[in-house]
Amino acid sequence: MKSVRISLVLALILAFAFVSATKADNHQSLTIVWAEWDPANYLQELSKDFTAETGIAVDVIQIPWPNFQDKVFTAFVGKSDLYDIVIGDSQWLGRNSQGENYINLTDWINENIDVDAIYGPAMTAFAEYPKGSGTYWALPAEVDAAGYVYRKDLFEDPKEMAAFEKKYGYALAPPKTYDQLRDIAEFFTRPDDDLYGIATWYSKEYDGITMGFQQVMWSFGGTYGDADTYKVAGHLNSEDAAKALEFYTDLLQFAPPDAPNYYWAETLNAYNSGKVAMAMNYFAFFPGVLNPEVNKISHDKSGFFIAPAGPKGHYISIGGQGMSISSFSKNKDIAKQYMKWFMQKPVQEKWAALGGFTPHKEVLQSDTFKMASPFNKAFAESFPYLRDFWAVPEYAELLAACQTHWNAAISKIKTPQEALDAIAREHEEIFEDAGYYDE
Amino acid sequence: MQTNHPYKTSRGMSDYQLKMAFIMPTMTLLILMNIFPLLWSLYLSFHRYKASMPAAPRFIGVRNYARLLQDPEIWGYFQTTAYFVFLAVAAQFFIGFGLALLLNREFRYKGFITTLLLLPMMLSPVVVGLFWRFILFSDNSGLLNFFLSPVLKSPIGWTTNPKVAMLAVVIVDTWMWSPFMMLIALAGLSAVPKYLYEAADVDRASAWFKFRWITLPLVSPLLLIALLFRTMDAFKMFDIVYVLTREGGPGTATETVSMNLYKLAFRNYNTGKACAMAYILLIIIVALSNIYVKYLNRVKGEA
Repeated sequence: MKSVRISLVLALILAFAFVSATKADNHQSLTIVWAEWDPANYLQELSKDFTAETGIAVDVIQIPWPNFQDKVFTAFVGKSDLYDIVIGDSQWLGRNSQGENYINLTDWINENIDVDAIYGPAMTAFAEYPKGSGTYWALPAEVDAAGYVYRKDLFEDPKEMAAFEKKYGYALAPPKTYDQLRDIAEFFTRPDDDLYGIATWYSKEYDGITMGFQQVMWSFGGTYGDADTYKVAGHLNSEDAAKALEFYTDLLQFAPPDAPNYYWAETLNAYNSGKVAMAMNYFAFFPGVLNPEVNKISHDKSGFFIAPAGPKGHYISIGGQGMSISSFSKNKDIAKQYMKWFMQKPVQEKWAALGGFTPHKEVLQSDTFKMASPFNKAFAESFPYLRDFWAVPEYAELLAACQTHWNAAISKIKTPQEALDAIAREHEEIFEDAGYYDE
Repeated sequence: MQTNHPYKTSRGMSDYQLKMAFIMPTMTLLILMNIFPLLWSLYLSFHRYKASMPAAPRFIGVRNYARLLQDPEIWGYFQTTAYFVFLAVAAQFFIGFGLALLLNREFRYKGFITTLLLLPMMLSPVVVGLFWRFILFSDNSGLLNFFLSPVLKSPIGWTTNPKVAMLAVVIVDTWMWSPFMMLIALAGLSAVPKYLYEAADVDRASAWFKFRWITLPLVSPLLLIALLFRTMDAFKMFDIVYVLTREGGPGTATETVSMNLYKLAFRNYNTGKACAMAYILLIIIVALSNIYVKYLNRVKGEA
């Protein structure tokens, strides 16, 4: 009797294992992880076509921006196979390639992808590490840039235009320089009417203030350091960089009272609630300002312009992400199949039509793309000016130092020079520890 | 084979084996989950090591400790933490003990009110942080600023003004943990023998005399234990700061040591340095706890 029972249990276990295995074979799936924002929704929508063609289900997992990096990196440390494709920031390339979290795609890309069809700077920024090496760890998925949205109803109001010209001596229009940006921000700051001039990124969360401020710093003449020697002192804490930080701190007086906490969501909310005349954000977030359900005040009265130039140049923070395959994925072949499918021109056209910022050169430069949304033209104009943060494996430490001390400067806990000196010191320590200064 | 040995059970296990059978699972868990990580992290604290990179740990002596102890920013985080511990624990002590004194008498709905007062303590700190961040401390639309608006010229930047942000964290932590202090104090108060008060009443002792010479000495040991727990817990403050003031902002105004430790360990993955910092923190907490325990023993002796 006992042996009959044991046989029965074993038979049940075997049957269950067989059913599970069959089920798994019949339902292949791919898991993509990305930040929580509109492009991830577009990708989920786009992926339905891939599922229709191949029968492979695609699940796009979205993680809120402030926790995006922490959750993905923790999964990497645990060698988790939770994610097959990771759509990560450009700065992640160094760390995840050297940390063996992304698989090397160089040979596969050279054999399967028409690299010439991809916008060159995007390939460099989102796929290649070290830069110029021809070694690829990703394919560009979403190309993005920081830009501005403004209230056309305010900017084109004859009374406002006359008052502005009288006060500042030139016509009210989207600013071309940071001086003009400051004038306009000052002009529209009317706390009694709960209206402020500008909303921009000052937050200490993730990369908030760094992405907002770095483009100002570059345009004022400051840099993160020497890209060849990795020396930071004299570059990051230069007089130009200090002036830029003074300017960015000064701009805060024309922003709403809670602006020191502004990241992408708060900036959008401030604009959509009619609290500010202009707002800086990445272009990929701007569909939110055109949605009448979210923006009841200015969804049909919004214009867009590229980030202004500074006294010593014109640079804009690059955004967007590359699509990489996790080293711990059990579906690497399916992931490659998906990426090859994604880079096809018809798919890229649909990706752009859904609202994605395509890295496909031809699609990107087409009039169809430029006219597809009110902000695509300004987005395309930003391209020649794009610049990136360090993409070295130590980028997270470098970023954390910037976030802490720049936020301390705008909070008046440190002077701009003190904040920059502290960052320069910490950055050099990080580079020294990592062996960048070894002979 | 069954024997008649007096120290063996009917299934053949000796007392020693039985003891080991009961102890071993706990010991194994303790060694795997506590002792090994403790020793491993001590080992890593003397190495250059990043958990996110494939390179093996490289021995660098006390360099991690030296770097940390020479870093003026780190001392700033310790000062911020000490400031927070002092304000929060003091506020919780006075409010919690005050509430316990009020509840230590019979009145209608006492049980219901006590339960209500205990609710904040039962919530998740993350939920508490988000709750206060969005509902009360939002600079423009927060209820707190709304209620204060008749007396304020402009809204208070609870989480954006570096001079106020620490107060915001203290208020939230106090709201959450004063009930804990109250609960322990209440347990102490209810254990004070009634006849002592009756004897004092016979002697026509004043209320202050009864509080100073009966209540306080008998409740002190429990209060000190509560203080010990709260001090240790406050020293590790992380969750509320992470959520409420967005990673210790504005700037470094509310960046506690634990917040900075989290960044070192799980954002920068500077594992070796993070282990060194964790050990510095551990030593400080152990030292503080020892002071409390010594004082507690003295008070217990006196009581």
